[in-house]
Amino acid sequence: MGKITNFAFHPNDWRDDTLITKEIKALFCDIVGANNYDDTKVGRLVYSYDATPKYQAMPEAVIAPKNAAEVSAIIKICNNYKIPIVPRGSGTNLCAGTCPTEGGIVLLFKHMNSILEIDEENLTVTVEPGVITLDMIAAVEKKGLFYPPDPSSMKISTIGGNINENSGGLRGLKYGVTRDYVMSLEIVLPNGDIIQTGGKLAKDVAGYDLTRLFVGSEGTLGIITKATLKLIPMPEAKKTMLALYQDLEAAARSVSKIIANKIIPTTLEFLDQPTLKVVEDFAQIGLPTDVKAVLLIEQDGPLEIVEQDMKKIADICTAEKAISVQLAQSAEEAENLRTARRSALSALARLKPTTILEDATVPRSEIAKMVAAINEIAKKYSLDICTFGHAGDGNLHPTCTTDVRNQEEIERVEQAFAEIFQKAVELGGTITGEHGVGMMKAPYLHLKLGEAGINAMKAMKQAFDPNNIMNPGKIFAKDTRKRVVVAK
Amino acid sequence: MTADKEQKAMQKQFKERLNEDDLLNCMRCGFCLPTCPTYIESGYMESHSPRGRLAIMKAVADGLIEPDEDVERSLNMCLGCRACEPVCPSGVNYGHLLEEVRDIINQNKKHSLPVRTVRKIVFDGLFPYKNRMQSLTGLIGFYQRSGLQNMVHATGLLKLLPESLSSMEKVLPAIPTKKEMKNRPTHLLAHLKTKKRVAFFSGCLMDTMFMKTNDATLKLLQLAGCEIVIPANQACCGALHGHSGEKATAKKLAKQNIAAFESLQVDYIITNAGGCGAFLMDYDHLLKDDQEWAERAKKFTDKLQDISKILVDLEFHKRAHLQLPHQVITYQDSCHLRNVMKTSSNPRTLIKAIDNIKYCEMKNADSCCGSAGIYNIVESEMSMKILDRKMQSAKQTEAKTIVTANPGCLLQMKLGIEREGLTDKVRAVHIADLLLEAYLQPVSH
Repeated sequence: MGKITNFAFHPNDWRDDTLITKEIKALFCDIVGANNYDDTKVGRLVYSYDATPKYQAMPEAVIAPKNAAEVSAIIKICNNYKIPIVPRGSGTNLCAGTCPTEGGIVLLFKHMNSILEIDEENLTVTVEPGVITLDMIAAVEKKGLFYPPDPSSMKISTIGGNINENSGGLRGLKYGVTRDYVMSLEIVLPNGDIIQTGGKLAKDVAGYDLTRLFVGSEGTLGIITKATLKLIPMPEAKKTMLALYQDLEAAARSVSKIIANKIIPTTLEFLDQPTLKVVEDFAQIGLPTDVKAVLLIEQDGPLEIVEQDMKKIADICTAEKAISVQLAQSAEEAENLRTARRSALSALARLKPTTILEDATVPRSEIAKMVAAINEIAKKYSLDICTFGHAGDGNLHPTCTTDVRNQEEIERVEQAFAEIFQKAVELGGTITGEHGVGMMKAPYLHLKLGEAGINAMKAMKQAFDPNNIMNPGKIFAKDTRKRVVVAK
Repeated sequence: MTADKEQKAMQKQFKERLNEDDLLNCMRCGFCLPTCPTYIESGYMESHSPRGRLAIMKAVADGLIEPDEDVERSLNMCLGCRACEPVCPSGVNYGHLLEEVRDIINQNKKHSLPVRTVRKIVFDGLFPYKNRMQSLTGLIGFYQRSGLQNMVHATGLLKLLPESLSSMEKVLPAIPTKKEMKNRPTHLLAHLKTKKRVAFFSGCLMDTMFMKTNDATLKLLQLAGCEIVIPANQACCGALHGHSGEKATAKKLAKQNIAAFESLQVDYIITNAGGCGAFLMDYDHLLKDDQEWAERAKKFTDKLQDISKILVDLEFHKRAHLQLPHQVITYQDSCHLRNVMKTSSNPRTLIKAIDNIKYCEMKNADSCCGSAGIYNIVESEMSMKILDRKMQSAKQTEAKTIVTANPGCLLQMKLGIEREGLTDKVRAVHIADLLLEAYLQPVSH
């Protein structure tokens, strides 16, 4: 079995004999202009990380193109000189997917951040990859349209990042994830070709579904430079509810029961007591901190049906020993609850210097078993593991609060997470539901796919990117190259 | 010291003085980015974001990078508005870390002789001494009253100054005479039954250049039922020093203020300047390692309140009849009042209580106006970009009156109005002045 690797940057790793010679730098500057090419130490340092703890590696340069033609020109040079490219939105990802562990260039999309079109006849929105998710959601909602995927980082995450990571969110249970809303992509391939996949089409079987292949490809196959996304009409009404439990597994059982009763809520989120405490410490909205777990439940749709569903859900929760079921009294209160839930991961950083989070996912029916297993594993390795997440779609976020400086404990954390992954796969689940494989989960990919599965994916990667310039070192585990990064 | 030695010394202090736990506490989620004015105005440069700056601080402390010019550039570009703190789920103490690194950089930096001289005069020779502040402000008053100002305007001498400074000169308030500034009250009784005994922190700029606003504040407190003590031996709060890397002087001033207020037996210490208030609020942090003073500092900060909070708590707005001629009014948050003193709803409550006006919330009112102490002078270009965007939002409200709660913000809004050519149509006022005006407005029938 693989081992979670530390990628800590060492001062000696600043190197002058880089892949990018003076001549190559001149080529890049010709394309984007000198002010969009940065190779200062500070300029490189601030793109050496993302939101994944323990990973840091310096790119050799940071380049900000303005359009697909510039991206194509850059990628051709990279392909010719075998320079790695890491496309990066706002750097919020949680699998070290945007950490430039092989050096090379980081590609920024800060200039490519326009909403190009909202098509009210076909119900689509076309955007450049650098658009902030929430800005786009706000723009379409102004026209009475709805884009459901809402990753917790949506205030700052970009659509390009969401597509590359196939991000989920709180509304995934009923509405699905980013994948379910991508209709068409403009992609620059590693050889510099610019292709268009899909279209504003409800039906399209013209060849392989490359759109789906590129969604969630983590920047390893090509660069997305434009996307057309599906929109749906805004639901008429929405209600929000909080169910309180003194028993973790009773909360988890409620989740499976609700779905078994043929109700699909918009949102069905789980937070355990330690998570509740830190979230309340940050948000200060009066969350209950004296209960063992809560479920945050939302339903949207026609008012009558929403009310009917909420009533049924409340009954199920009460039957499953919820000690209290409370309906949010205003839209503001509901929004506060959602915002608080979205802050959970970062709020856990209040407890200890380092928070290591996973997103093992199981079929909905297995959620209670998974919650129990996580607690047993935490006990076995004497670790503090807090659990929150999208319980409704079986996607939990067990998060270990630890200290990266405590090497002995970090090793136990690694063993515990290996066991959690193993358990998830045994229950018919997966090692990652929505955060991606990146660098962090690459050592565990074989648990889910087996060698043959990995080989099939590698063949795909080889076909698109024979020189392995696109975000190398991600998804597929391999021996650590000794340049730029050092394993502690 | 050579530049190399200078950097080595700084690096050592980054390691020694920055709290490693605080630095590790940033888990780089990026939730702070959308609230950072410099991140947005720089065209989304991570090096001008809180997350980027924390990564830079940590990298210097860890020895990954030397504190070179780019490092300083990034740290200097920060407004210190601390909008990143309330949105940080992990609770990173960004403001404290920033103050510490600015102090390290400044103490190790070899400023050029003119810069050193100016800093020495301003930080050590001027602000700590009330009488000298009065003399200097008095000079500006003389400049305004003597006809010199008219002459300077007529001759176009101001064109020699950078644009923001020359506009700033035009928007300074009419300065009181030196005699008026010397003759300040030290004890005032409540106008009605005394509900609270409070002490007033008068501030150095507020008690000279903005004396009228201090008078209005005192009057409002009296009207709300407060007996007021104004200790004459209080000093400048030290914010300017703290934010500019002059921590030692800041500590000295803090101690002087704590000593001046601690024996007064008051319920609250009231401020009317968000910038001062926030720095006073941080006295317990500033003196946390000083055994003799840590606890006394805590007692001091526990009593601090902004004028708007006590007025709401005493229900001044419900009991007094406030009215103004019909107009749209908007409010620009003072960052430090909002993000550090956590006071944002009270000023709005008070304004909305005024009859006959329409309150219109400005888009991103909670985001910095670019004033930020002396930032608008030392980082003029970025400051003006931020201000211009702010004025676009202000114009959208169609407000005739822009209300602020801090002298720096007030001057900056006046500057914005001047730059937009709206001097005849829009005014900027401190909330205390607005409330007193509304109180004194004759009742219309």
